[in-house]
Amino acid sequence: MAKNTLDFEKPIIDLEKKIEEMKAYEDNLDIKDEISKLEQKVDQLKKNVYENLTRWQRVQLARHPERPYTLDYIYMMTKDFVELHGDRLFKDDKAIVSGFAEIDEYKVMIIGHQKGRDTKSNLYRNFGMPNPEGYRKALRMMKLAEKFNRPVITFLDTPGAFPGLEAEERGQAEAIAKNLLEMSRLKVPIIVVIIGEGASGGALGIGVGDRILMLQNTWYSVIAPESCSSILWRSWEYKEQAAEALKLTAEDLLQQKIIDRIVPEPLGGAHKNHDEIAKTLKAILKEELANLIKVKPEKLIQNRLEKFGKMGVYEE
Amino acid sequence: MGWFKRSKQNISPDSQKREIPDGQWVKCPECDEIIHVKQHELNLWVCHKCDYHFRIGSDAYISFLFDDGSFKEYDKKMKSGDPLEFTDTKKYKDRINETIKKSGMYDAVRTGIGKINDVKVSFGCMDFKFIGGSMGSVVGEKLARAIDRAYEQKIPMVIISQSGGARMMEGALSLMQMAKTSSRLARLADANLPYISIMTDPTTGGTTASYAMLGDINIAEPKALIGFAGPRVIKETIGKDLPQGFQRSEFLLEKGFVDLVVHRKELRHKISQLIKYMHQ
Repeated sequence: MAKNTLDFEKPIIDLEKKIEEMKAYEDNLDIKDEISKLEQKVDQLKKNVYENLTRWQRVQLARHPERPYTLDYIYMMTKDFVELHGDRLFKDDKAIVSGFAEIDEYKVMIIGHQKGRDTKSNLYRNFGMPNPEGYRKALRMMKLAEKFNRPVITFLDTPGAFPGLEAEERGQAEAIAKNLLEMSRLKVPIIVVIIGEGASGGALGIGVGDRILMLQNTWYSVIAPESCSSILWRSWEYKEQAAEALKLTAEDLLQQKIIDRIVPEPLGGAHKNHDEIAKTLKAILKEELANLIKVKPEKLIQNRLEKFGKMGVYEE
Repeated sequence: MGWFKRSKQNISPDSQKREIPDGQWVKCPECDEIIHVKQHELNLWVCHKCDYHFRIGSDAYISFLFDDGSFKEYDKKMKSGDPLEFTDTKKYKDRINETIKKSGMYDAVRTGIGKINDVKVSFGCMDFKFIGGSMGSVVGEKLARAIDRAYEQKIPMVIISQSGGARMMEGALSLMQMAKTSSRLARLADANLPYISIMTDPTTGGTTASYAMLGDINIAEPKALIGFAGPRVIKETIGKDLPQGFQRSEFLLEKGFVDLVVHRKELRHKISQLIKYMHQ
C-alpha cells in the first residue's frame, strides 16, 4: 500500500493510520474523544484535497496502480464473461482484452485496454500499450458484436499506442485509422468509458461511440503532459504546466463537449473502493444501454456522425 | 518556423545568403546540386539530378495538379478559435496570428474544388509551414466539409497530407478531428465514391492514423517520412538505431501500406488514371 501512495494522499493516509492505531486503545474515554476529533480532521482534509485537485494530480490519480482495470470491472460488473482472443491475422495482443459478457439482462461485447499491476504482468500486458494487432483484434470483436446485434462497451486506459519498430512495420497508423472509420459506421450501440488514461490515438483507436463517459479522476487528451512538456517547453520538467494547459480532466472535456457524462468516483478515487465504483458504473451503463438499444441502426450512425461533426472550435 | 529547434546553431540566414546569391539559386540537401529557381519550378521542385522532392506548399500543388484556373478555394479564412486559451512558452493565439502573417494562410490546410483533366474533384492539401502542418479544429472542419462536398456532388476526393500530427494546443479537440474526418470518409465510402490519399514528407501522428491511411488508394511521394510515432520516439523506446529507410515511402510500399510511390511529375497523370477506373 505505502509504496503506491501519492504525495498529496500522504497526510490523509498518515492520519488514517494514526486513528487506526489509536482504536486499539479505544477503551480509554479520553482517546475516544481524540479519535472522533481526528476523524473529523481527516474528513475535512480529504474534502480540501480532493475538491481542489490540480490537473496534474488528476493525471496521477488516473495512473494509480491500485485503480480497477478493464478485467476488474468485467469481473465486478458482469457474469458469464467469455474472453475471446486474437486478430486472426498476426497474434493475440495482450494489451487489449475482449469478450462477451452479461450486465444483468444485457448481453454485450466488452473491449478494453489492459494494464498490469506488477513488473511481470506489465511486461505481459505491454503496459497497456497496444500494437496494431490489438486494434485489429478490437475491430474483429466489434464486427462480431455487430453480426449478432450486441452492443459494444469499450474501456479506455492506455499510456498510448506502442511506439515500436514492429508496430510501425505492421501499420500502427493504419490499424487505428481503420477503427475510427469502422466504429463510426458500426450498426450496434457503442458506449465508451475512459477508466484511467486516455492517451491520444492509442485511446481513440477504440474510442468512437454513441456515448462517451469519463470517470471523475481520469484524463483524455491528444498527448501525455510529459511528452507535451518535452516538445513545447523542450524539457520534461513542465508536466504540471502542460497538464494545466491541455485541459484534460473529465470536467474539462465535458465543458469542451467531447464527453457526455462524468462517472463520479468514491472520495479519494476509484482505487479507494473498487466495489463502489463498479456499482456506480454498472448502474450508469445499464441506464445508457436501455436508451441506446431503442435507437434504430441508421439513426444511431447518423447521430454518431453529427456528434463528432460538432467537435471543434473555429472562427469564420 | 520556431517549431523545431535548429540543429546547427551556426547556420544563420546571413551565411546562407552568401552561398546562394540573390535567392536565385537553391541547393539540393541530398546531392548538393545548385539549382536555379526558375528551373526548379519547371521541374516541380524536384532536384533534376537526384530526384530529391523538396517540400512544397499547397499553392504549389494546386498550380500543377489542376487544369488552369479551374480551382476554387473554400473556407479560406477559417481560423482557430483557441478553445483552451493555451499557453506554453508563447500564447497559442499569438503563435496563430504570427503564422498567419508569415505564411499568408489561415491554417494548415487549403480546400476546394477543381478539375483534373476535366474531371471535377474535391481537394484538400495540408501545409507543413503552418505550425508543422498540425491538425486542429480548422483542419478537421475544412476537410470534413471538403469530404461532404465530394459526397453531395458525387465527385472523387483527393487529400494531400503533410503534417507532424495533431495540434497539441487544442488538446482533446484536435484528437477528435481524427474521428470527425474518418466518420465523414466512412459515409463517402458507403456511397462508393473514390478517395485518393497522397502522403508527402512528413506525414506522421494523428494525421497518418486517420484520413491519410484511409484512401481507397494510398499514394506516397518518393522518400517521404510516413509513420505513426516519430523516429526519435521509436529510437528511444527500442534503444537502437533505426534501419536505413525505415518509415520512408518505399518501406511502406514494401510493407503493404501504400499502393504506389509516385514521382511528383507523374502525380497528376496517376490521379487521373485512377479516377478513370474508380469513377465516371
